[in-house]
Amino acid sequence: MVEQNDDFEEEQILQEIEGRLAGFGRERSNLIPILQMIQEQYRYLPKASLELVGRHLAIPSAEVFGVATFYNQFRFNPPGKHPIKVCLGTACHVRGGDIILENFERKLEIKVGETTPDREFSIEKVACVGCCALAPVALVGETVHGGMAPSKVEGLILRIEVENEMRQRAAEKEKSA
Amino acid sequence: MSAAFQKIYNAAAERRAAVDKPDVPVIHIGMATCGIASGALETKKAFEEALAQQGVEAVVHPVGCFGHCYAEPVVVIEHPASGFPPILYPNVTPGKAKMLTKLYLEEGDPRFEHILGATVENEMIPWVMEFARFSMETRIVTRLCGHIDPERIDEYILEGGYASMVRALEMHPDDIVEEIKSSGLRGRGGAGFPTGQKWELAARADSGGKEKIVICNADEGDPGAYMDRAILESNPHQVIEGMAICARAMGASKGVVYVRAEYPLAVDIVTQAIEQARESGLLGRDILGSAFNFDIEVFQGSGAFVCGEETALIKSIEGTRGMPINRPPYPVESGLYGAPTVINNVKTLATVAPIIEKGAEWFKSIGTPGSPGTTVFSVVGEVVHPGLVEIPMGVTLRTLIFDICGGIPNQKKFKAVQIGGPSGGCLPEEFLDTPIDYDSLNHAGAMLGSGGIVVMDEDSCVVDVSRYFLDFTQNESCGKCTFCRIGTRHLLDILSRITIGEGIPEDLEKLKDLSRSISQGSLCGLGRTAPNPVMTSLEYFADEYAAHVEEKRCPGTTCRALTAFYIDLEKCARGCDVCVGCCPVDAIFTTRTRKKGIDQQLCVKCGECKVACPAEYDAVRRVSPAEGVPVVERVETEDSRE
Ligand SMILES: Cc1cc2nc3c(=O)[nH]c(=O)nc-3n(C[C@H](O)[C@H](O)[C@H](O)COP(=O)(O)O)c2cc1C
Ligand code: FES
Repeated sequence: MVEQNDDFEEEQILQEIEGRLAGFGRERSNLIPILQMIQEQYRYLPKASLELVGRHLAIPSAEVFGVATFYNQFRFNPPGKHPIKVCLGTACHVRGGDIILENFERKLEIKVGETTPDREFSIEKVACVGCCALAPVALVGETVHGGMAPSKVEGLILRIEVENEMRQRAAEKEKSA
Repeated sequence: MSAAFQKIYNAAAERRAAVDKPDVPVIHIGMATCGIASGALETKKAFEEALAQQGVEAVVHPVGCFGHCYAEPVVVIEHPASGFPPILYPNVTPGKAKMLTKLYLEEGDPRFEHILGATVENEMIPWVMEFARFSMETRIVTRLCGHIDPERIDEYILEGGYASMVRALEMHPDDIVEEIKSSGLRGRGGAGFPTGQKWELAARADSGGKEKIVICNADEGDPGAYMDRAILESNPHQVIEGMAICARAMGASKGVVYVRAEYPLAVDIVTQAIEQARESGLLGRDILGSAFNFDIEVFQGSGAFVCGEETALIKSIEGTRGMPINRPPYPVESGLYGAPTVINNVKTLATVAPIIEKGAEWFKSIGTPGSPGTTVFSVVGEVVHPGLVEIPMGVTLRTLIFDICGGIPNQKKFKAVQIGGPSGGCLPEEFLDTPIDYDSLNHAGAMLGSGGIVVMDEDSCVVDVSRYFLDFTQNESCGKCTFCRIGTRHLLDILSRITIGEGIPEDLEKLKDLSRSISQGSLCGLGRTAPNPVMTSLEYFADEYAAHVEEKRCPGTTCRALTAFYIDLEKCARGCDVCVGCCPVDAIFTTRTRKKGIDQQLCVKCGECKVACPAEYDAVRRVSPAEGVPVVERVETEDSRE
């Protein structure tokens, strides 16, 4: 991973967050809504932002960290451009959701909770996305793919990669034109 | 009806009349999360494009979830000019949408082969009520789900919505409490506490000058259940109305809908519904000219199962870790910020308006004496017609699974039903005639719980499912109580060992002991009920545990470490390569006889080859114990070297 780039990005983000925090009161009950705001904007909670939040609400950043790690919603590293969520709810479990998860892990060479080095993909598990009748289910971005099978995993990823390439080529063409 | 409400109603009717076009066809499309997941957005787009292309006039009407998940995307087409009744079409793909636009909307041919049924009784097309999946339901909570557009308050109002709130405003608060009490309504969040009694306690509680609060619990933590979300997404106003009536009864002025952030569509729809109710003057100050003030905000839960527990839920709104605290004091005395607080489940609140409208006697006539009314389940797993089902309490599990949901597909045998999610239990065939109500299920060791039902056939493994739930509760334990934190970990370790064939006979006794201690030594319901899946399955499926431990055999051929796949060379077709292409780890090779074999070292047991093998060959076998697999040596053949 390109460390410098990350730092630069994070610095920018922190400045923005500082500005947004002004819109929130200093009551403790704003803690979770603030964390949700940050995550919604940036799709993860940069570690340094937790300190800012602590300062804003006048609570130790360890406390902020404690709350943030308690809940499943929050993540601490940026997700990939195509976040993959594999459902491991009850219905999907009995239909082999864990096998689907393994296939994604194997194919992308990362574990659940991680992001590929090129930041294209990340894998998460979720519990029931509400279409159990289609189990097992996986989401790529916002799109739900029902009736998943190990062999579909490869196809899905391939499709995204092909699309990416096409987009890149189109962009290059435009540039040269 | 109060004059102020009459005005709101009339305005809604006028707005409706302005857009209503009599004779123009209407296409209703189910657009809740489940519908969208099955492709309803594409279907909607296909209809819109086809209509524009062919110059056909029709109204596309988005509605919520109809509960028939097996048939999503579900479309109902009203085409009065065709002479046919409104028709329900299942599984409407974009292609079907285009076809129906042309053939039915334009040319008047409803394409009988694609029809599930008509939504009203008629002489031409079978009425959906002739199917058990429809006729055996009693819809109170979900009556309007899938019929109205949840994003338009007018549609709810014109269906009689908010009339109960108007009625409640004219009643003395004590009379509202009395009506709910005598209806016998019990909380649908799991524990089944009498709702009227809860409201009464809150009404009587001294608030010390604080505003009393109503909280709608839409945290829905059960990893396999989704009725609360479907209700909020399909008819949020019925829940809001219930909250307002509760507020009136107990003297609250503030409401909170606690809905998980993982339900983005539900969050949006509820937020919008609250705004619309506020704009219409049905929430806010001096509602409908009375002195009643009530407003609602939405709080997004951040995804922790334990936050469904009421004291943890309160903690998380207050901005701390959601860890349960000791009761008493109960939230009805000292809840959110110390104010008397009523916390009710979505379904409980959605049942309130119908009770006020039709009366406690009517409600009591449905269900059983101990558990009046209906209950909403999400039935999933191995059934033909999975989805949301609302049935009167007291219906048996057998009726629910076999009559209403169509039984087990693929001629498989029933093995078990898991009811109540991570707090519930696994029941065998002998319990199929158990009536579904709080007391009977508790008696059987399961729990009505959240309303999640998972049906398992002979190919599922109850040990694995128990391990699955333990994995969940162990992860979700907040860590406060030692028994819950460490005990569930131990349970999980033992169960995991058993499922990989490393169990020892003493394990079974240890499981029982630990389970008992965890139930007794934990503070909140999470820990107290976490061992239920293990305890019930140990009791009713002792032989399955024994098979795992003693024979290293998984009777459901599910546990991967205890099973192996092989290809039956008698059945394998020479030269067919289907399985080779689908194997994600290249474990399938060609034998000397140009048939296929599986390299056991590489096989990850995903079962893909079994699915892929053409039905006429059906050559892939799965066996347990794994040692039972015939050895086929991998040799380099010309084929495999190519
Ligand atoms: C671990 C745990 C999780 C719970 N999850 C939920 C939930 O997701 N939704 C819910 O309505 N009640 C849940 N409850 C029950 C609530 O504590 C509470 O009893 C309920 O919301 C009261 O509403 P009712 O009286 O309408 O049932 C849970 C309880 C426990 C112990
Ligand atoms: S369990 Fe996966 S969608 Fe419900």
